[in-house]
Amino acid sequence: MSEMLNLKLKIWRQDGPRSQGEFLDVDAHDIPVDASFLEMLDVVNERLIADDVEPITFGHDCREGICGTCGVMINGQAHGPEKATATCQLHMRKFNDGDEIVIEPWQAQAFPVLKDLMVDRRAFDRIVEAGGYISVPTGTPQDANATLIPKEVADTAMDAAACIGCGACVAACPNSAAQLFTSAKLGHLNVLPQGQSERWKRTEAMVETMEDFFGSCTNHGECHDACPKEISLDFIAFMNRDYVKAKIKNRSLASQ
Amino acid sequence: MVTLDAKIPDGSVAEKWDNHKFSVKLVNPANKRKFEVIVVGTGLAGASAAASLAELGYNVKVFTFHDSPRRAHSIAAQGGINAAKNYRNDGDSVHRLFYDTVKGGDYRSREANVHRLAQVSVNIIDQCAAQGVPFAREYGGLLANRSFGGAQVSRTFYARGQTGQQLLLGAYQALASQIAAGKVTLYNRSDVLDIVKKDGEACGIVTRDMLTGEVHGHSAHAVVLATGGYGNVYYLSTNAMASNVTAAWRAHRKGAMFANPCYSQIHPTCIPAADEFQSKLTLMSESLRNDGRIWVPRGDDDARGAAEIPEDERYYYLEEKYPSFGNLVPRDVASRNAKTVVDDGKGVGPLKNGVYLDFAAAIGRDGVEAVKERYGNLFDMYERITGEDPYSTPMRIYPATHYTMGGLWVDYNLMTTVPGLYALGEANFSEHGANRLGASALMQGLADGYYVLPYTIGDYLAPKLGDTPVPTDDPVFTESVQAIDDKSRQWTSNKGTHGVEHYHRELGKIVWEHCGMARNEAGLQTALKEIPALREDFRQNVKVLGSPDGINTMLEKVNRVDDFMEFAELKVRDALHRRESCGGHFREESQTPEGEALRDDENFAYVGAWEWKGSDAEPELHKEDLEFETVQLTQRSYK
Repeated sequence: MSEMLNLKLKIWRQDGPRSQGEFLDVDAHDIPVDASFLEMLDVVNERLIADDVEPITFGHDCREGICGTCGVMINGQAHGPEKATATCQLHMRKFNDGDEIVIEPWQAQAFPVLKDLMVDRRAFDRIVEAGGYISVPTGTPQDANATLIPKEVADTAMDAAACIGCGACVAACPNSAAQLFTSAKLGHLNVLPQGQSERWKRTEAMVETMEDFFGSCTNHGECHDACPKEISLDFIAFMNRDYVKAKIKNRSLASQ
Repeated sequence: MVTLDAKIPDGSVAEKWDNHKFSVKLVNPANKRKFEVIVVGTGLAGASAAASLAELGYNVKVFTFHDSPRRAHSIAAQGGINAAKNYRNDGDSVHRLFYDTVKGGDYRSREANVHRLAQVSVNIIDQCAAQGVPFAREYGGLLANRSFGGAQVSRTFYARGQTGQQLLLGAYQALASQIAAGKVTLYNRSDVLDIVKKDGEACGIVTRDMLTGEVHGHSAHAVVLATGGYGNVYYLSTNAMASNVTAAWRAHRKGAMFANPCYSQIHPTCIPAADEFQSKLTLMSESLRNDGRIWVPRGDDDARGAAEIPEDERYYYLEEKYPSFGNLVPRDVASRNAKTVVDDGKGVGPLKNGVYLDFAAAIGRDGVEAVKERYGNLFDMYERITGEDPYSTPMRIYPATHYTMGGLWVDYNLMTTVPGLYALGEANFSEHGANRLGASALMQGLADGYYVLPYTIGDYLAPKLGDTPVPTDDPVFTESVQAIDDKSRQWTSNKGTHGVEHYHRELGKIVWEHCGMARNEAGLQTALKEIPALREDFRQNVKVLGSPDGINTMLEKVNRVDDFMEFAELKVRDALHRRESCGGHFREESQTPEGEALRDDENFAYVGAWEWKGSDAEPELHKEDLEFETVQLTQRSYK
């Protein structure tokens, strides 16, 4: 049997987007250190159900740190204390017996709380729909090896494309800005040769859609610290440069 | 008596797909916009199908229970995607990929389908590269390849250990572009709870809005299910928590036959379970077997740590038993051998429920940096979960349910036995036979969605030009909506004793024990008694709190477990009837003297497709005989 922890939890409960929320105090005793953070919540939920209390609603699915569904504020930190780790991959061995843990949903105007710890992140989909793709209808494009892409370029694109869309960057940002998320998608597509034809149109459309929903970036860097995939702040700089260029290029293209 | 017509086209196996593409009916480009198609699921198969159909001009409605299409479980696939590109000049070809897939599936798949899969595999890589999928590259800029689980050529393309993620994001982005273009309407957080038929044909679905609890009908000219597999029937699996059989099962209850439900793939390289609270098992990519050596202590109940066991007391059982394939034997063989050594008391770890996967030799040969470059993210993940450092201590692994080869029976056009209802990707049964090769799931999901359905669906739709979809105020919809709403209220008024997790866990234990890595007559008979008893208890005594009129995760889950309870019985029944071993289905009564799976081609070279006969009746088995014109059936040998 695993070693056990006794924890004092303060968990945010909220019925819906317009309801008043409040903290639920839970004495979580006998939590195995080998449990993941979400398995700890599973245990808490099973005990609540046994007492005829509705379980706490939280987003989760793959529990492998890749689907991006999960994510809560743990003692004020998005995804909790372990670096480069999504909530589902955080394990209770990172906590100590007797710890108090405050668990809250992501807090941002663009991410309204749906229930308890679950938020609505559809604004991210709107940003991608604005241009986060390369227009290549299914068919028979050129052979995959016809365009050589240096390893460094492919690696940079992959570094950016590793984003899981969890929203921790927004939750961690004092301005609730989505620059890291948006720049990761732009960084992925804008460095690749395939992404060049739509580069300027894509950049302008995605940045402006982002600004419809989210706050402005003031270079705190909290987003990077919270990111479970350690997406680099360089992509924000790259996006800003491309955005300025895009504003000029798109105008001159239009005048031709 | 229903006859299963697979509609396999004429011609040699290499010509069938081309012949078929020429003979199917086409829908004029201007007329495509007059058709509505529903796609359920946004994984690789669903997202690629929806995007491709919309690009062609069809009006598509897409449904997912996730908050975003990008969350579908395809995202978690790690290792790679196969394609017969022969970029490495190592003897690969369409024919070899076809042959390997038929053989790897232990001769229980349809030749024609598999050949088509191998043919379109090359297009998939071109398409994905054009979309900007950041596949791994060589320094010269060409695509990198690796050899993968059971293949003797390097035909696997990959994007670090996140190939599924990158391919899914490619399909999701294509879908997003069609949503922006207004050709696709996305319904997120929608649970599909019924398939609706009118005059024998699929005409729509009924969904529960997971935010408001409202139940709605949605109609279309055709319905496409791309809803994944049934691995969570075992409770513990590598599937995501919400992966379920519900849409497929409810289609089955509406007349779609379910084929080969006994086939499940047990993946050899997962992190062993740690305790009862465990909610899922985590897969470590099988690419690790390229460099890791699998062993257990030679002696039984060896309590020493890995480092204290000298070389000559280590039993590298795969390398010893299968000298030519070694650690790269197919998944079913690797899994069963792990079970054998653990059952013999040679297991390692605190619960003695694992085997070692050791990288010391690779680190010694290539250096830590090279190993880190190849597997860094997997090693990090392992350390996060177990608290152990795999650079210095061997990993502990054990098999877990990973993929399901069975699924809804489909013909060559991917249509189920319900006209107008299609099944794609893991939700159908066709290409992998009794065992899937590594890096072939992504290939099949994308093949179905990008390159098969867009061609074959026109054949069904073309004659329907001018028909309007059945209105959703038709009784076929309103009666179903009412029934689902009533059922939700019935569940939430159940003041039972146990939560739904309890019942799911209990079901998983029965299915894993008696219908897991090895099955036998007595165990299956036991399961056939235990499952209905548990189901009865569950329906009487499950406790569902809260209201149906809003977010209610217990209500979502109770529906899924209810369907698993019925599905599990069919799975066991299928395993019981198939008195042979093949691929992922190992009947202890049917094995070679060396303990390998022994097929019975004379009696079982068929697809077993089950027809639902009602809640109180036994399902009826229909057989589609498998004919092998090109591939010679042999006993698989990996010695």
